[in-house]
Amino acid sequence: MAAAAMAQKVLVPCSSSSSCGKVQFSPSRVHTQAIAFGGELSQSSSRKNKSLALKAVAGETSAPVTAKSGHEILLFDALREGLEEEMARDPTVCVMGEDVGHYGGSYKVTKGLAEKFGDLRVLDTPICENSFTGMGIGAAMTGLRTVVEGMNMGFLLLAYNQISNNAGMLHYTSGGQFKIPVVIRGPGGVGKQLGAEHSQRLESYFQSVPGLQMVACSTPYNAKGLMKAAIRSDNPVILYEHVLLYNLKERIPDEEYVLCLEEAELVRPGKDITILTYSRMRHFVLQAAKTLVERGYDPEIIDIRSLKPFDLFTIGNSIKKTHKVLIVEECMRTGGIGASLRAAIVDNFWDFLDGRPECLSSQDVPTPYAATLEDATVVQPAQIIVKVEQMLQGLI
Amino acid sequence: MTRSTVGSLARRLFASQPRQAAAAQAPDAINVEIPVPFQLHLLQEGPARESVTSREELVKMYRDMFRIRRMEITADKLFKSQLVRGFCHLYDGQEAVTIGMEAALTYEDTVITAYRDHATFLGRGGTVHECFAELMGRSTGCARGKGGSMHLYKPSNNFYGGWGIVGTTGPLGAGLAFANKYEKKNNVAMAIYGDGAGNQGQLFEAKNMAGLWDLPLIFLVENNHYGMGTAEWRASKKTTFYDRVSYIPGIKVDGMDAFAVKEATRFAKEHCLSGKGPIVLEADTYRYHGHSMSDPGSTYRTRNEIQGVRQERDPIERIKKLMIKENVMREEEFKAVDKEIKQEVDDAAAKAKDDPNPGEEELFMNIYKNDSGLKTYGCDRNMVRVQLP
Repeated sequence: MAAAAMAQKVLVPCSSSSSCGKVQFSPSRVHTQAIAFGGELSQSSSRKNKSLALKAVAGETSAPVTAKSGHEILLFDALREGLEEEMARDPTVCVMGEDVGHYGGSYKVTKGLAEKFGDLRVLDTPICENSFTGMGIGAAMTGLRTVVEGMNMGFLLLAYNQISNNAGMLHYTSGGQFKIPVVIRGPGGVGKQLGAEHSQRLESYFQSVPGLQMVACSTPYNAKGLMKAAIRSDNPVILYEHVLLYNLKERIPDEEYVLCLEEAELVRPGKDITILTYSRMRHFVLQAAKTLVERGYDPEIIDIRSLKPFDLFTIGNSIKKTHKVLIVEECMRTGGIGASLRAAIVDNFWDFLDGRPECLSSQDVPTPYAATLEDATVVQPAQIIVKVEQMLQGLI
Repeated sequence: MTRSTVGSLARRLFASQPRQAAAAQAPDAINVEIPVPFQLHLLQEGPARESVTSREELVKMYRDMFRIRRMEITADKLFKSQLVRGFCHLYDGQEAVTIGMEAALTYEDTVITAYRDHATFLGRGGTVHECFAELMGRSTGCARGKGGSMHLYKPSNNFYGGWGIVGTTGPLGAGLAFANKYEKKNNVAMAIYGDGAGNQGQLFEAKNMAGLWDLPLIFLVENNHYGMGTAEWRASKKTTFYDRVSYIPGIKVDGMDAFAVKEATRFAKEHCLSGKGPIVLEADTYRYHGHSMSDPGSTYRTRNEIQGVRQERDPIERIKKLMIKENVMREEEFKAVDKEIKQEVDDAAAKAKDDPNPGEEELFMNIYKNDSGLKTYGCDRNMVRVQLP
């Protein structure tokens, strides 16, 4: 297929979106990974950034002169900042979940909000996921912007009916008469020996539900931006956080910014291979990339962020450049995000691939408790290095 | 429960103290007695045993109930001639519940019900044509043909549907009531479910939350005694639903008497809006058709039973007898009204039959609300199907 014809068939970036058109960057925004690996600031910012830093030089010693603007923050606090800003800006935004109010949230994402906004806007619910998710959806039908927190995403399996039938499908089955601006968020993913029931990856299960949007945050910067975008969106959005990433630290801008829900993030530009990843695996990929770069390889790393729908524009452009793709995910092999992404890549970019799209996923097992077994369940950086080398040496 | 003498117990359970009749009755007011007493749970006083109405209201109620009856019978015919497919749950026999309830509510109050929703849709101001068009899957239907019989909605009159999953109206209704409380509106939310749904855990959860936060929520149980083919005594350890929860008051009302339902709803609305929290209403009613059009309705109950209810408790006959007794309308006038409404319903069906099916582009519309530059693709992703404006 001619490249020109191809271009028409992929998802275009949402530059016309009201929710993310106003991304504002200070040129001093320091992206931790950009410093470590060189290269320009992330491409997704450059599309909209009017005052782009033109000479972003790599290296430990070189930091832009204005590096001290912005503030350092941990990921859970970045989420809290985003939520607080939205609640202050719009009185219809309210939070509900277990221990979000007086306790401050089991991962401190809602700390201090109940004192500031009151018990009705930051509502402590009883332990009834099915019905408080339903309540959040019912309230959203009337126009309130509810943020429903699942203390662990795995608990939201009890609310599957509400999320799938009532949130996902209502806009369609009512012929467009109702919108459901609900945000369903919570920590998921494999933690540190939390046991099988508390280590689930719900993005696998919800990805088929039409009408839902799903995003996964991985850094304080994108956590805050995606939280704000999700709240402002009129669609039901599931925001996946990760249990082990809450204490990640990064310097984020002081100015207000909102990210695009449907856009992927170019973390490291390169030309040898496209590595697609999200959430915690992003950090494993970056860790592996240190070794790969030392060995002379040039991987392009994309944090897909938008799990539903996929940003095939960014992904496609990358594949057209590198012709090789590796997906590194935390979902299980069967029926995960990787499985769907592989299918989408094959459908759309077959002519640009030198070999089959590869995928590293977790094992198809309930996550065991023992530390060694748990480590063997998920993808480790060493495995990523081996796989990339095999692919780039033409061994597979 | 300190006063546990038999007499006070009996008074609490079986009688309702008549409340003050509405002040300053209009000269042409008609008083309607409510013969069957209300059964109360956790309430000292119940709704009034007498309802005050007027000629206009009586005529409107009769017309609305008869229209529902004709619509359901016509829907039956349409289903049998395969113009309506899938599921079709008919409401005939239960008209008094919806019409009685609407007589005490306004369109600012929010209503949500399950799949037996054609009549509730009409009660909320929907038209017969919109309903038929939706049943037949036409683009002029109230959900553009994409919802079907179980997904009728009317946001302008605060009718939130139309839901297929049993029991889901409890939590959603709690959300509607929560929104009313949040926005400080002086309105109630009414969450309707049936006896079959009465054993769903999510209803208990919703009742707990509603009670905990004093949400202005009325739980209305349309108890037609059969959950599809299972009689209530075969499904429920406790066959009453108004007194299931020990911290939420309830009223059991004769659901075939529109005025009993009206007074109970009026009482319940006052109860909620005075900050006393949620309340459960159980309407003892009956459906003549089976559970849906694929259920003949006679394998689990006798024809004698159905006929018996039709002869003795039919809500439309009851109101007709009342109107004749009060000289509101004469027999011949009824015939004329019946003919007019039958014509209206038949015309709506004919018009809906001729309406167009939704176009192919509708398949991908309304998946997302258009606030981002999303293009929606078919699953083969080769063709842009819809560009959201």
